Amino acid sequence: MGFVSRGFRGRPRDEGVKLPPGQYLVHDFPVLSAGPTPRVPLDRWEFAIDTEDGQTHRWSWQELMALPAETPTVDLHCVTKWSKLGTDWKGVSLDTLFADVESSAEYALVYSYGGYTTNLPVEDLLDGKAWIAYQFDGEELAAAHGGPARLLVPHLYLWKSAKWVQGIRLMNEDWPGFWETAGYHNYGDPWREQRYQGD
Amino acid sequence: MNSRRLVWRIARLVEIRDETPSARTLVLQIPGWPGHLAGQHVDVRLTAEDGYSTQRSYSIAAPADGERVELTVQRVPDGEVSPYLTEELTVGDEVEIRGPVGGWFVWRPNGTAPVLLVAGGSGIVPLMAMIRARRQAGSRTPFRLIYSLREPGERYYAEELRLPHPGLDVTYLYTRAVPDGWARPAGRLTIADMNTGGWPADFGPECYICGPTGFVETASDILLAMGHDARAIKTERFGPTGG
Amino acid sequence: MTEPAQDSYQDGNALAGPLREIFAVDVTAAAGQCVHCGLAGPVASLRVYGPAPGMVARCPGCDEVVLRLVRGPDSAWLDLRGTVSLRIPLPGPGVPDGTGEGPA
Repeated sequence: MGFVSRGFRGRPRDEGVKLPPGQYLVHDFPVLSAGPTPRVPLDRWEFAIDTEDGQTHRWSWQELMALPAETPTVDLHCVTKWSKLGTDWKGVSLDTLFADVESSAEYALVYSYGGYTTNLPVEDLLDGKAWIAYQFDGEELAAAHGGPARLLVPHLYLWKSAKWVQGIRLMNEDWPGFWETAGYHNYGDPWREQRYQGD
Repeated sequence: MNSRRLVWRIARLVEIRDETPSARTLVLQIPGWPGHLAGQHVDVRLTAEDGYSTQRSYSIAAPADGERVELTVQRVPDGEVSPYLTEELTVGDEVEIRGPVGGWFVWRPNGTAPVLLVAGGSGIVPLMAMIRARRQAGSRTPFRLIYSLREPGERYYAEELRLPHPGLDVTYLYTRAVPDGWARPAGRLTIADMNTGGWPADFGPECYICGPTGFVETASDILLAMGHDARAIKTERFGPTGG
Repeated sequence: MTEPAQDSYQDGNALAGPLREIFAVDVTAAAGQCVHCGLAGPVASLRVYGPAPGMVARCPGCDEVVLRLVRGPDSAWLDLRGTVSLRIPLPGPGVPDGTGEGPA
């Protein structure tokens, strides 16, 4: 046992709920940033899926709003160890957006306004596991939390749920993103505690 | 300081001084402390019994004095570390410290250029270390301090700064509430304040600005507009470290 | 260095502690040049976002990434791809104990 600060407990970490290993519960919604917050006007906002053979499918904001929406309630797990349970979102399932996309690519590189990127297998985007979310807790998604729209893939650590999402590039090979090239795990499953490379 | 990588050291709290109702100075005894320069900071690490650990950076408030190191900590509401340091920690307790760090935002007593210090709120801390280092070294370098804060009750080091120091001019600016009979109305830092309380650009002063991000932006923009050399303006912004 | 602020950044000074875990000298006083826009200046003048998940230092001129630092439990990852080179103040060969950082 190393050094202990007498009487220091830190933020509450055990409230009797089942969390992924090493996580603690928060009730606020912390904001972490790797750069300036992009401000994207809705009339210039666009979301794209680019396939491995050069096809691009695009949606304007109005087109996204016209698609059927879902209202998932999900748990969020950040690699910096906080978890937030039972968060309410509204957005469009990636299954809906991929409906007319012809692709056999296995890998996706998600890219954002402001230059952020993150990678994940295409199968983790499909079958009801991921959304392009534009409302949180009944309100339009604040810029600090990734608005106007962010990717939501709650079964992976939250850095995979790219804020300010701009598009998804489908590829035949895996291409590590912003944090994945700086020490963080390539896949990021919170239940297997895949925080860093080699975990 | 020796050319060695940093190590965590055990620091024992030996004295507490309240600066304001929400800020206190912690005097720590750190065996093996290598000394430091005015303006440098330290990292403080707290570890709970279950192994949970977190750390924050704090500026050092006074020049090197053997193994004694002074930090002034502002309590951040809902913070995780600052409430512990300002309310829980008592004399005799230990924390882990590593440092000193930072070789840029520093003042050395052999400097001869006039110095302008611009503090926003608790940004006074590393600048006070420079004022104290000047006095400790018997330096005659002229200093001017512009200290912006919300209201008079938030002044750090009030007694010490009230005493006259030859060669040190202090200007207080209040942004929300002023003392009775105070000529300048409450308000944010302006170019007029910097003209009155600072140095003309021709004097070639070294400028040190410390405070919240918005304050630092405003102060450095004003200095640049007055013609100060960008290379002579050193800044230290408070970070989003969450107290 | 104690107040929280959203969408805020620190100066490169904030890299001093984390980089002194890796380097034997202070790197924040080193002069660098941004590969994106060519702006030159000390590491201390970069805009640092973080510290979590990692520290991201951006050029004050163009906001592009100059340096990234991630500290894991048993490794650190340092990415300097955004800087042309770093000029690090050092004492002359054979001069003991002078990093340009410590007390005189």
